[in-house]
Amino acid sequence: MTKKLQSITNKLAPAALIAAILLIWQLVSSAGLVPKFMLPSPTDVAAAFAGDFSALMGHLGTTLYEAFFGLALGVGLSFVVAFLMDRFSFLYKSVYPLLVITQTIPAIAIAPLLVLWMGYDIAPKVTLVVIVCFFPVTVGLLDGFRTADPDTVNLLRSMGAGRWQIFRHIKLPSSMGHFFAGLRVAVAYSVVGAVIAEWLGGYNGLGVYMIRVKKSYAYDKMFAVIFLISIISLVLMKGVSLLQKRVMPWNKTQKKG
Amino acid sequence: MKKLVAEGISKRYGERWILRDVSLELHEREIVCLLGVSGAGKTTLFNILSGLLLPEQGKVWLQGEDITGQAGHISYMLQKDLLLPYRRVLDNVALPLILRGEGKKNARARAAEHFEEFGLAGTEKCYPGELSGGMRQRAALLRTYLSSQGVALLDEPFSALDTITKGEMHRWYLDVMGRIDLSTLFITHDIDEALLLSDRIYVITGQPGQITDELCIAEPRPRGQEFLLTERFLAYKRQILGLLKLSKQQ
Repeated sequence: MTKKLQSITNKLAPAALIAAILLIWQLVSSAGLVPKFMLPSPTDVAAAFAGDFSALMGHLGTTLYEAFFGLALGVGLSFVVAFLMDRFSFLYKSVYPLLVITQTIPAIAIAPLLVLWMGYDIAPKVTLVVIVCFFPVTVGLLDGFRTADPDTVNLLRSMGAGRWQIFRHIKLPSSMGHFFAGLRVAVAYSVVGAVIAEWLGGYNGLGVYMIRVKKSYAYDKMFAVIFLISIISLVLMKGVSLLQKRVMPWNKTQKKG
Repeated sequence: MKKLVAEGISKRYGERWILRDVSLELHEREIVCLLGVSGAGKTTLFNILSGLLLPEQGKVWLQGEDITGQAGHISYMLQKDLLLPYRRVLDNVALPLILRGEGKKNARARAAEHFEEFGLAGTEKCYPGELSGGMRQRAALLRTYLSSQGVALLDEPFSALDTITKGEMHRWYLDVMGRIDLSTLFITHDIDEALLLSDRIYVITGQPGQITDELCIAEPRPRGQEFLLTERFLAYKRQILGLLKLSKQQ
C-alpha cells in the first residue's frame, strides 16, 4: 500500500511542478510583464494548437516520415558497422576515435551543407537524421557487445560454437540493453534532426512550418509547434520502452531470482 | 572401457610452467575427482581437455580419437551456471544441440525428454533468473550432459551453493549418475565432497601442478551423508590430508 502511495507521489511531484510552471507563465503573460507577441500565454498556445490542428498534423506526417526513414537507415547502418567493428579489431581501433570526433560536429552546422548538396527535397533531411541517429546506436551496440561474459563465450566455444554462433547467441542478445538505451536517444534526435533540416528549406514539415509562422511573427503558433515536437518525442521514447519490454521479456523476471 | 585419456600434458604461460606431465584416465560411467589446492593448474587442465587451450606437450584422447586442441567434443560446467539469462530454460539446455546444427524443434524435443530425469519438470518456459541456485545448476548439468559425448568436466560445480543445497545436490547428482550414461571428471578442493562422490581421486599438487597420488575409493555408490561419519571415511580423509601436507613440505 505504501509502495503504491509512493509511486503516486513520485508521479504527482513532476506533474505538480509542470502545472506550477504553466501557472506562473500564464500569470506573467496575462499581467502584461512580457509583451504578448513575444511570450504568448499557455492558453494562447493551446488555442493556436487547436486552431491549426489539421495543418500541424499534415506537417507532422512529413516530419515523421523523414524521421522514421532516417532512423531505420541509421539503425541498419549502425548494426552493419558495429558488427564489422566488433569482428575486426583493427577497424574498431581506427574507426572508434573517428566516430567520437564526428560526434563533436553539431548537426545544425552540417545541415546547410547537406541542403546545398542535395537540394530542398527529402534527401538532406533523411541524411541528417541518419547522421544524428547513427552515433548513439552504434556506440550502444559496441558497448553492449563488450559486456558479453568471457566465461560464457568460452563455454560456447567448448561446445564447438563458431564466431558467428557466438555473436548470434551471446553478443547480440547481451547488447540489447545498451542498444535500447541508444535507440531511446536516437528517436528523440531523429525528430529534432528532421526539423532542423527542414528549417533550411523544403516544402513541407514541422520545421518549414516553424520558419513560416516565425516570419509572420505568430509566436503562439511557434510555441504550438515546439509543444507538438516535444510531445511526439516523448511518445516515441515511450514507444521504444514498450518495444524493449516486448523484445527483452526476461528483464522483468530477472529480479526475482 | 576408457572414455577419456590424457597423456603427459604439460602447459606453460610464458616462462611459467602450470602443468607438468599430467596423465589421467576416465572409464565408462566413472566419477573421478581431481583434488588439489587452488593454483595447482586444475582449471588450466580442464581448458586443455575441453580443447580451448593447446598443451605444449601431451595428447588428449576421447574414445581412442585424438582430440587435442579441438573444441566441441567435451563440455564443462563451472560453479557459475552460465545459463543465458535471455533464453528460456528449455532453449538454454537445447543450445548445444542447436550449435551442432540440429533444428530448433528437434533440439527442443530432445532436451525436453530429460527434464523429468533431472528434476526440472515444469521449468521449461521459465527464464533462468526465476529459478533457485540449485535448479540452475541442474539445468547447467543437463546442458553439459547434452553437449558432451558421454564425458562431462565439472569445475567446482557445487561450491557456490549453501551447505544444505549442496548436500541435496550431492544426493541428487549421485542419483542421476546412477541412471544416465555419463563419465565425469570433477574438480574440487573439498575433501568431503571428493570422498562422497568419486570412484577414484587424483591428487594434484605443486607449482607446476603434477598428479602426485591416485586413490581408489572402494565404497558402493550412492553414498549417503552417513558415510561422512564412518571410520573408513576418516581413514581416507587422514590419508589425503597426509598426502596434501607431504607435498607442501617438499
